[in-house]
Amino acid sequence: MTVTESTDVLVVGSGFGGAITAYHLAAGGARVVVLERGPWLTGPDFDHDLKFGSSTTRAFDFVIGDGMSVLGGNCVGGGSVVYFAAMPRAPRFVFDRQGSIGRRMWPAAISRDSLEPWYDRVAEALPVVRQEWKDVPFSGGLFGAACDHAGRTANPVPVAVDHEKCTNCNWMMSGCRFDAKRSLLLNYLPAALAHGATIRPLHEVQHLSRTDDGGYRVHYTVVDDTDYRVAVGSGSIDAKVVILAAGAGATPVILQRSEPHLGRMPAAVGRYFSGNGERLNTAILNEDRVRDVLGLSRPDGVPYEAYQIGKGPCVANWDRLDGSLPEYSRFSLEQLYFPPGFGTILAQVPDATGPTWFGAEKKELLRTWRSWLTVFTMSEDDNEGVFGPPPERGNGTRLSQQMLARGPLRYRPTPNTLRGWAESDAAVRDILERDGLSRVMPWTNEVVGAYTVHPLASCRIGDDPATSALDDRHELRDHPGIFVTDGAAVPGALTVNPAMTIAALAERSVPGIVQAARERGVDVVYGAPAPDGGTAGRRGVLPLVGNLSRR
Amino acid sequence: MQSVLPDADPARTMTLEAYADTILPGEKRNPDDRAVAGVSTGGGAVASGALDVLRTEEGGMAPALDTLADLLNDHATRYADEHGLTPDPAVPPFVALAYDHRVALVRQLVAPDHPEREAWVSVAMFSTIAFDAAAHMHTTDALAAGHPGLTTMGYYGPDADGLWRFPSFSYGRALARPHPDTTPSGSPA
Repeated sequence: MTVTESTDVLVVGSGFGGAITAYHLAAGGARVVVLERGPWLTGPDFDHDLKFGSSTTRAFDFVIGDGMSVLGGNCVGGGSVVYFAAMPRAPRFVFDRQGSIGRRMWPAAISRDSLEPWYDRVAEALPVVRQEWKDVPFSGGLFGAACDHAGRTANPVPVAVDHEKCTNCNWMMSGCRFDAKRSLLLNYLPAALAHGATIRPLHEVQHLSRTDDGGYRVHYTVVDDTDYRVAVGSGSIDAKVVILAAGAGATPVILQRSEPHLGRMPAAVGRYFSGNGERLNTAILNEDRVRDVLGLSRPDGVPYEAYQIGKGPCVANWDRLDGSLPEYSRFSLEQLYFPPGFGTILAQVPDATGPTWFGAEKKELLRTWRSWLTVFTMSEDDNEGVFGPPPERGNGTRLSQQMLARGPLRYRPTPNTLRGWAESDAAVRDILERDGLSRVMPWTNEVVGAYTVHPLASCRIGDDPATSALDDRHELRDHPGIFVTDGAAVPGALTVNPAMTIAALAERSVPGIVQAARERGVDVVYGAPAPDGGTAGRRGVLPLVGNLSRR
Repeated sequence: MQSVLPDADPARTMTLEAYADTILPGEKRNPDDRAVAGVSTGGGAVASGALDVLRTEEGGMAPALDTLADLLNDHATRYADEHGLTPDPAVPPFVALAYDHRVALVRQLVAPDHPEREAWVSVAMFSTIAFDAAAHMHTTDALAAGHPGLTTMGYYGPDADGLWRFPSFSYGRALARPHPDTTPSGSPA
């Protein structure tokens, strides 16, 4: 006889959307189980190693789709473990975007102003800090100086990094060995555990079905801890409320696979996917010009040669985050490091006479690697991604033991998206090719299609049932008791790094989820402080809780 | 740095080496080296361990490699026919192609409309990862052994404990004006 466990709240995924909701519900008194399909790694597990099987491949997924590849976390803590911890708030105009639907994409209830107290909660919890120029590595300084030389502004970005502990090793994408990156492993998740939540790693949720009492049964596969292609067990857990936070590349797939069991899904499940309008350009710096034009010199006298040194994106250009510009013309530019192992293959040779991304000229380009500077565009795409039929298991067919998979996402950039990319490419060239500073080429989209490290919108909130899968409280339409709180819920591209907004929306979703759980007989209340006990953020949101608790 | 499995078929190994060398070329390992075309100085993908990376159990490519090597030689035979080339029968057909012809054929195979594109992109990807990441070795061991790819790229090494730290990392001064609408939280308005 198979015994099915039960819990009050089942959370799928342990990134921002899962960790934040799990913490508040556990702290409020609910029994909470978190199922995470990746491994549970902590500080000493985070290797400085590019070998297959190190934390670099254990904690990270690269899912190749048809025209769009998605990079994301695959571990307890989700994206927060492998991301670069840049935490800007989304600019005001983003919330008024119309995108492809001819009306405001965001729910009327949400604006920058109304989200601000929820941003403050996240900033207190992680915490997020402003960055000073003294904290900015050579690459960020170089980008800032180049922006200034081009008559533009540049800002050190707010980050969730403890600068006292940071060694500028640039291994952030493999997890932070030094606990300098304030990932969810250091705040929300330990606080959730302290309140009795349980986290089960290597548990990959496949689908949901209904129980007789109006709840849900969550069906999972247990994954081998080395070869993720291998299932070593399976099971199910009954829950009164389910929170899906498997990431925008996986949440819609779970719902699609659940459709035969749950009934028809809202039309927007698995549609309107956004890659956050992302694009990369690599500049090959001329070291002499860096010294002569920008007046830059490291303490050892070398002008730059520092691509490898630092901590992800530290300096951004926000001049095009101007709400008066037409939609699809607004973007931010961030200096970025992308490590080896996928970090060079898409870079193209300027003025190539042969192939641009491989061959003898590419080999020559790699000799200059220390003098590379990668610039990251986040623009406004057209929500043109659509998920095809779900694969047999998970959100893709795994090709390698870890990391590499092929998924069902199809993405064909529209002229709007292409225009934004072209305008941002031109802006990067204007900044970095000025006065012979460098040669710039965008990464090719011909190898694995476009790519994103910030998948969004595949199961989004909104006021219009035809174009949004969730109501403005993150509850799945026509399926009460299922909530989506990850990047899938964000309506569209944000023009900046989205983690801060995903986290703020997750914080904002909690009062409504608490209310739904109470209506289903769960003894839970809203009102936990920050994970470290801080109460300033809570004071800021308490006046808003009443409205969010009402349907 | 490269090794050959004892049971690996030498002709297929040469074929895949020639493909990897087309992606990131290197210098010939010895005067009789036919797989490596020798169009670049210093080690390329082959010397960086491309075959080892392709054959790792972790990578997932190993079961397909014999088939891919055979397919590549079929394509090379067709290509030689189309271009009126007379391949040297002493080596596999792809190895017999001069470097520029190898490049031309690989461009066909990875083109967006080629039916086998995914496979050939994957082999290219693993070849590149051998060069830029030495994914078959611990990075510290690769650097200590003078791994050709990481050395060519100028990849800085770790501290004595095998961890990376860069105590000198910043120009240490303001280098641009902030956006005038920056909010107190440090975000865009």
